[in-house]
Amino acid sequence: MPTSPAIAGSAGPFFLSAKDQKVLGWLAVFLFTAGCIALSGRIAWLGSYPEVLILPIVEWINQAEDVIVATTKPFFRAIAWLLDHPMTWVRDILHWLPWPALMLFAGAVSYRAGGWTLALFTVLGLGYMLVIGYWEEGMNSLSLVAISVPLAVLVGFTIGIWGFVSRPAERIIMPTLDVLQTVPAFAYLLPILILFGFGPVVGLIASVLYSFAPMVRNTIVGLRNVAPDIIDSGLMSGATRRQLFWRVRVPTGLRQLLLGVNQTTMASLSMVIVASIIGGTSDIGWEVLSTMRKAQFGESLLAGIVIALMAMILDRVTNGLATRRDETAGGQTWILRNRFWVIALGATLAVALVGRIVPILMTYPETWVVSPAGPMNDFITWFVVNFQPAIKEIKRISLFYAMLPLKIGLAQTVSPFTWGFVWTGNHMAITVAGLALLAFAGFRKFGVNAAAAIAIAGCLFLFGITELPWPALVAVFTMIAYRLGGTSLALGVFAGLMFLLVSGAWEKTMLSLWLCGIAVIVAFVAGSALGIWAAHSNHVSRIMRPVNDTLQTMPLFVILIPIVMVFKIGEFTALLAIIAYAYVPAFRYAEHGLRNVPNDVVEAARSMGCTPNQLLWRVKLPLALPNIMLGLNQTIMYAIAMLVIAALVGTNGLGQQVYIGLSKGDVGIGLVAGAGMAIIAIMADRMCQAARRRLEAPDQA
Amino acid sequence: MTSQSQVKLRCRNVWMVYGSNPGRYFQSDDHRNATDSFIGKLRDEGFIPAAIDVNFDLLSGEIFAIMGLSGSGKSTVVRCLSRLVEPTFGEVILDGENLLEASDRELIEIRRHKMGMVFQNFGLLPHLTVFENIAFPLSLQKIQDSELRVQVERVIELVGLEGRESSFPRQLSGGQQQRVGIARSLAVEPEIWFLDEPFSALDPLIRKQMQDEFLRIQQLLHKSIVFITHDFLEALRVADRMAIMRDGRIVQIGTPQELVFAPADDYVAQFTSEVPRIRVLTAGQIVEPIMDAIVDDTRAMPVAPMDLPVEDLLPQLARHPSGVLVKGTDGDVLGIVTPDGVIRSLSGVNRASASPISLPDPV
Ligand SMILES: Nc1ncnc2c1ncn2[C@@H]1O[C@H](COP(=O)(O)OP(=O)(O)OP(=O)(O)O)[C@@H](O)[C@H]1O
Ligand SMILES: [Mg+2]
Repeated sequence: MPTSPAIAGSAGPFFLSAKDQKVLGWLAVFLFTAGCIALSGRIAWLGSYPEVLILPIVEWINQAEDVIVATTKPFFRAIAWLLDHPMTWVRDILHWLPWPALMLFAGAVSYRAGGWTLALFTVLGLGYMLVIGYWEEGMNSLSLVAISVPLAVLVGFTIGIWGFVSRPAERIIMPTLDVLQTVPAFAYLLPILILFGFGPVVGLIASVLYSFAPMVRNTIVGLRNVAPDIIDSGLMSGATRRQLFWRVRVPTGLRQLLLGVNQTTMASLSMVIVASIIGGTSDIGWEVLSTMRKAQFGESLLAGIVIALMAMILDRVTNGLATRRDETAGGQTWILRNRFWVIALGATLAVALVGRIVPILMTYPETWVVSPAGPMNDFITWFVVNFQPAIKEIKRISLFYAMLPLKIGLAQTVSPFTWGFVWTGNHMAITVAGLALLAFAGFRKFGVNAAAAIAIAGCLFLFGITELPWPALVAVFTMIAYRLGGTSLALGVFAGLMFLLVSGAWEKTMLSLWLCGIAVIVAFVAGSALGIWAAHSNHVSRIMRPVNDTLQTMPLFVILIPIVMVFKIGEFTALLAIIAYAYVPAFRYAEHGLRNVPNDVVEAARSMGCTPNQLLWRVKLPLALPNIMLGLNQTIMYAIAMLVIAALVGTNGLGQQVYIGLSKGDVGIGLVAGAGMAIIAIMADRMCQAARRRLEAPDQA
Repeated sequence: MTSQSQVKLRCRNVWMVYGSNPGRYFQSDDHRNATDSFIGKLRDEGFIPAAIDVNFDLLSGEIFAIMGLSGSGKSTVVRCLSRLVEPTFGEVILDGENLLEASDRELIEIRRHKMGMVFQNFGLLPHLTVFENIAFPLSLQKIQDSELRVQVERVIELVGLEGRESSFPRQLSGGQQQRVGIARSLAVEPEIWFLDEPFSALDPLIRKQMQDEFLRIQQLLHKSIVFITHDFLEALRVADRMAIMRDGRIVQIGTPQELVFAPADDYVAQFTSEVPRIRVLTAGQIVEPIMDAIVDDTRAMPVAPMDLPVEDLLPQLARHPSGVLVKGTDGDVLGIVTPDGVIRSLSGVNRASASPISLPDPV
């Protein structure tokens, strides 16, 4: 690049400055890409990865699985059998309890956790369950949660203690948790199914496995962060090791531990709902799913609301208990100190006994059930029919002008039917030239990175991610990783991509990447924009907070329902669902970042004569950038988590593979696809972290 | 401090070097004399020598203050004494036994019965009430409920926290929280009391009040006390003897008067330069022989003890400009203090005949 303005004084003719290396590196990558594209028509293996080089990883896994299952089945079945009992007991208790007794007790707990408003909310929520006729199903799900949470908390706490006392153990535990939390929950449903057999116990075990991770993290953090002064004072009080742990560390870190319980509960509920996909249990998740499949959206929505209410109640209650300040006085007798619970339990028992006698209190009469599902279905039908043209138009435009080009390239998308004209060589030449000019302009004005970004976006639009030759994509991704995080990250990304190729998951991965990528971009841009708005307007902030809270606590399933209702099954619906779930972190971090810009800096900028616009773009956003990047990171993670759920409504990609594995009982397919998603998630996460580090230490860039 | 005072705690050549495995440097005799070159070597290799060859004796019933700037190693020393950190080298001898050789079990017993400690940031357990916090060390020993209650109520009364028993620490002011800290450390009736900057987190007014409180409690209990502070005036108020630390070393040990009037080096001198001498100087130090000229007046003169600070003598001198009599510990009149004499000694001018201010032996 002789035009590079930076060369002039700084480097001799035989020595490449860091900047030149960067430019040359990107040039090489794009030349390579261009070469691959040009040759892909003639050399078949460039276009698609050759079959012969695909290792039969799926078969290997299945063979290994056969061996493992054959040898360990009795053991796992025994565990399942053991777990079955407490589960049945809890379920029986919940069913034995007359509904007013449960309401009373839940109301009392809620009162303790969040005062009268929460108590009222809980009682009304349960009332909704009752009136709408989903009490039974709700209790079935709840009993799974009720048994899985204590188990997960116990497991998580134990592992957390282990990680706390031993640094080497922590170094093993933390990455394992990362993997556990990024592999989509569905992917391990199947192995569990095969090892533990059918039935609700699978949901229980999956739920425990999925939800103990946050407990581990919070345990380690909580135990570690106890102030040294407090530890010292415990030691000087003459505490033994055991006393120091149980009487100083644990109670002092209790709040953090309870936050762990809160997160564990939410994860557990969401997994219990997800696990109902395997069917066989008449729980509330199954109700949503089966009605959705039958296109009975009214019922589906009503059941979905039950889940959402359950999630909100559990969240508020556990969170309230975690952050509550205990004001009971010490030095009293046990009964006095716990009189609230004594009274609450006594009253519950009394109501229960009365309820067992009075039939109406025992089971809510069916004739009293009010289900507006019928009218709702009618309304939905009416709505969809009447707004059909508008809905179709929205779908058409996004499909033809954004989604399809990115998937298969402009050349294949543009046709008289779609864009109204035929794509010719001339169009191609003009577009390429235009892009090259744009990239060059970007280079002159903003530097190499901007040029590279423009070029990459151009390539994707012109050729589509599924049509680009795999060597080119590998080269581009590796280069991005190298620029962001140096050799080690580049090697990691390269290895991950190679696994995807070798295991034969490449094409499905690219489909997932495509859907996820679009969703992430839209969610991130929209979320950040809204977040910026909310940072400047308390109104917006107040309105959006409950919306965001709801979207975050809701099991992913439920988000699908209204979108499927309107847009029917398909990739567009999946896209919207992912966006709806994944924009929240972008929003929150943007708002948080902007609101936390130090006030004196803002005032200094104002006093220098910044316009509001300049203030935003030149002061606030740069300062909030690390936070905004964190939002991007989280948005990607959320999008990937939602991807699997979205596959329920018809996408092709890794999510779909996971389902295929699940429905065919093919562990290999499911696990490889799950691993593929974990690989994307981990790569994206590491790249975001690297980008953030560079932002925070720009001089090392 | 009488001559029969015995040594309660003896700190002998104590070193605390932070870093990984500094013990190897102490196998040879290199560390003897704590030469600058040895310490320089430690620092160069990334170690932090936080306490360097610390030696002092804590006498029974005395308040021994350790002073120094932030980071000079005060906390490190007191943490070595209580074995919250394991000294790299040296001996800590408590009642004739080397504390550093005590087993974990013995250490716990010692902490349960012989030591109390008060922390700068209080170190209260946030989930326990005032009562429970104070009872905590006792409850660790599984002491009977009734006995525990008596003990706790006794110290609660001692620190004046009656009525706040069932409050939580966060509901108390800083001063009250530190009262809880003090009560907790006294609940086990320790013989040795460590206070690590106990009043530094409090505002000046409360601090003064707490110092008075502390002195009142000490008058009742006569503990052997190591009191850490970075405030010279505070040390002056409470300490019988004090040590000044700098970069991990003790640079001087002595009574407040010795430090002010005979600083060992410029550092100590600088430290004490801001101290109003009038607060340090005692009546006994400026007493003059009763001269014949005013002998007939002495019967009307008030009598002051010899350890009364000159500052507190001023009101009496204002009322009796001719002078105030000073009596020694045994009750004999030592001589007289006159306004003249006070002015002379404060301004550093001695009467030609008088010797330079002589200092009483601290012990
Ligand atoms: N755990 C530790 N690891 C490494 N260095 C430490 C550790 N604790 C203290 N130090 C170092 O030892 C030196 C003395 O610290 P110390 O806490 O004893 O000072 P201090 O005199 O109590 O100061 P302050 O008045 O601020 O409490 C400091 O340089 C400090 O950085
Ligand atoms: Mg300190």
